Amino acid sequence: MTGSQANQRDSLFMELRQVSFALDELRLFLDTHPTDASALALFGEYQARRNEILAEYSPVFGPVESYDVNTDGGWGWINAPMPWETEAN
Amino acid sequence: MWEYEKRLQFPVKIKNPDARAAKVIISQYGGPDGELGASLRYLSQRFSMPYQQVSGLLTDIGTEELAHLEMIGAILYQLTKGLDIPEIKDSGFDTYFVDHTLGVYPQAASGTPYTAAFMQSKGDPITDLMEDMAAEQKARTTYDNILKLVDDPDVIAPIKFLRQREIVHFQRFGEALGIVRDNLDSKNYYFINPSFPDGC
Repeated sequence: MTGSQANQRDSLFMELRQVSFALDELRLFLDTHPTDASALALFGEYQARRNEILAEYSPVFGPVESYDVNTDGGWGWINAPMPWETEAN
Repeated sequence: MWEYEKRLQFPVKIKNPDARAAKVIISQYGGPDGELGASLRYLSQRFSMPYQQVSGLLTDIGTEELAHLEMIGAILYQLTKGLDIPEIKDSGFDTYFVDHTLGVYPQAASGTPYTAAFMQSKGDPITDLMEDMAAEQKARTTYDNILKLVDDPDVIAPIKFLRQREIVHFQRFGEALGIVRDNLDSKNYYFINPSFPDGC
């Protein structure tokens, strides 16, 4: 992987983590405020962005979810380092 | 069911091993107010929780606690990776090492193994949510204590994140308790178990 590819991977992965966390937080808020219009709109925005990031990230840098593994390239699920390794963070 | 997502909820990237820090942080893995107990508590209580907003919240917070268990495991793994025998002996980590080497095992800092006696699933929505609010505060206090005992910014950042989550969960459980109260029979002045009211 070239330096610029690694940078792209790191910045996409960081954004994936941030957007997903916003969704984690909104999910809990919406459980107890299910009709809050601004939270519902925000959830939709972050959800769309997360789907875009995953569509860009997974084919190039490996699946984040095992349901998304593309087996044309072999079993890519186990290629990237496990999340508890420093190099995955 | 659950699907595994191959990432931590918040990054853990520790440059310097520190067995002494691992010795205290392990309490949030398998100690009395740790993340394993939190996830099992909420994921067990949800079955008998009668209101869907609240059983949904227990499912979602219980799920997030599993991600926190994974973060604590990652912190322990990185803090102990590459330790040599003199470091293990000097830090007092030898009493853990003899039983588990560098494996991650759910126990309290005192050495007590994880036990389900740390938690309750009472089958009473008010009782359970009161326990959950207390549990979040106890976990927050534990993180406050950990922050008094560690000085590495690489460790402090994820611990502060986890501490903040306890505060948010406490808030959400407080709202859930309000939802349960709103659903009580107006004659149930003393908040007796609305899930099993007969004979009270």
